[in-house]
Amino acid sequence: MAFLEETVRGIRKDIVKMIGKASSGHPGGSLSSAEILTLLYFEQMNVDENNPQKEDRDRFVLSKGHAAPVLYATLAAKGFFPNAELENLRQLGSILQGHPDMNKVPGVDMSTGSLGQGISVAAGMALAGKMDNKSHKIYALLGDGELQEGLVWEAAMAASHYQLNNLIAFVDNNNLQIDGAICEVMSPFPIDAKFEAFGWNVITVEDGHSFDELRTAVEAAKKSEDKPTVIICKTVKGKCVSFMENNAGWHGKGPNAEEVKQALAELEA
Amino acid sequence: MAEKKATRQAYGEYLVKLGEKNPNLVVLDADLSGATKTNIFKKAHPERHFNVGIAEANLMGMAAGLATAGKVPFASTFAIFGAGRAYEIIRNSICYPKLNVKIALTHAGISVGEDGGSHQSVEDIALMRVLPNMTVLSPADAIETEKMLEAAMTIEGPVYIRLGRSDVPVLFDESYHFELGKASMMKSGSDVTIIATGLMVVLAMEAADQLKEEGISAQVINMGSIKPIDVDAIKQAALTTGAIVTAEEHSIIGGLGGAVAEVLGDEAPVPLERVGVKDLFGQSGKVAPLMEKYGLTSNDIVAAAKKVVSRK
Ligand SMILES: Cc1ncc(C[n+]2csc(CCOP(=O)(O)OP(=O)(O)O)c2C)c(N)n1
Ligand SMILES: [Mg+2]
Repeated sequence: MAFLEETVRGIRKDIVKMIGKASSGHPGGSLSSAEILTLLYFEQMNVDENNPQKEDRDRFVLSKGHAAPVLYATLAAKGFFPNAELENLRQLGSILQGHPDMNKVPGVDMSTGSLGQGISVAAGMALAGKMDNKSHKIYALLGDGELQEGLVWEAAMAASHYQLNNLIAFVDNNNLQIDGAICEVMSPFPIDAKFEAFGWNVITVEDGHSFDELRTAVEAAKKSEDKPTVIICKTVKGKCVSFMENNAGWHGKGPNAEEVKQALAELEA
Repeated sequence: MAEKKATRQAYGEYLVKLGEKNPNLVVLDADLSGATKTNIFKKAHPERHFNVGIAEANLMGMAAGLATAGKVPFASTFAIFGAGRAYEIIRNSICYPKLNVKIALTHAGISVGEDGGSHQSVEDIALMRVLPNMTVLSPADAIETEKMLEAAMTIEGPVYIRLGRSDVPVLFDESYHFELGKASMMKSGSDVTIIATGLMVVLAMEAADQLKEEGISAQVINMGSIKPIDVDAIKQAALTTGAIVTAEEHSIIGGLGGAVAEVLGDEAPVPLERVGVKDLFGQSGKVAPLMEKYGLTSNDIVAAAKKVVSRK
């Protein structure tokens, strides 16, 4: 347990450092989903950092691709590529593009960045798994604002239609998008009832920063017999950096040197 | 070149003025109102600004519906999502019924910078240009943006306006007159004509200066009206200078270079070199090194001009 807590703290520090260094990127939604990725990559998913393309590995699709920093920091922590690479985020020629590129980064299963598309691709991956009688799982992470994309619901319909119980989607329910609160911009609520109506197994995690709660949810999801599962995680955008928490202004902006210092001090405390 | 301003900024500011003159003007955005600058309009006319959320297909569909009721919708998001995700809605619900929707998309081209290839639209001119009933405008600076917005209001039908993220020098002054389907002559010359659009116009001017020092007299034409395109200006340039270079922050396939190639092929075949993105996706980086990497500098225009002159 302490291991996961320590790991996620390091991942948060890397997120802040790399976005600070790049002077651009998306800290808010990276920090809100750090526990989800940490639990998946360090406990739940069958992946091999020494063999990123391993055939029967579990897959992860970052449908909210702008949160690339949390994926990069997690993959680096796991050993898919050297941690020093994080310094090159968003630099010309870097493998660490502003949004994840599956042909550049070891461990990235799908190129994403255009919201709504990742979950659709994940459904296709899950369908392929079914066709080939595989037992691996497909995980996807969606933003709560991302749920406004029609494509998400086209994929949701297909996933239950094809009984893709090997698909486990997380919703990072941090209640913010770029232009403000999701309920003010374009409410996606009720999220749980919508997925239920689309034929999904729905699990709500009251504290999306609790490894225990997340673990219980994932373990239940893995047992779903004929339905895809969505795990709706209530989270805090910008989690653990006081001035970023619950602040839409920190959706897609790099902290300056002073702000990086303060954020790291808070994360070390 | 003193003042600099992004065309998206000019768009957001000028929308307020247009909205004052026309009570039917409404603005739609898809969770990017800060970036597209339609939030400036929202501040002035909150009751006429609608945020549809992250839903570009619905953005265009609702704009079409508003237009059927006599509203004049301006629909904005990033070029990649508006021209890309919502393409077929633009085709079948806006262009096919010829509805009066203005599609003003920002963050076009490589100059998006750090967000990278997934966000850099180098295809939108091609996509929009091929649609019947569509007008395609690509302003070079803030003033031309304003003039094009005025022109767009006089058109009863769909208009695409291509806007950028980065600050660009202000080339024109208030006296500049934009006419639909007409190019503007920026500099005269006799050996080669550079036809540029968007932020490449200023680079074309610099290239012409460089070429002059090397003894090549280059004429520069700003092609802001990409559709309808100024066939006469292109024909004239071909006849008088005998060689053409096009320059655009877009794929060399299907954009300005494609459009000019079509005209030359039909009307006045002369050697053509196209400066633009060479059938590649973009990537993350700062704007200046990206422009260099993708061959979008004044030096690239100079090299293309020399090459095309040698082919005469
Ligand atoms: C199709 C598409 N439209 C618009 C965007 C621009 N965009 C990037 S992030 C974002 C807001 C996302 O909000 P949310 O899904 O809630 O993400 P989070 O809060 O987890 O960062 C938008 C509109 C995009 N990447 N893709
Ligand atoms: Mg959110």
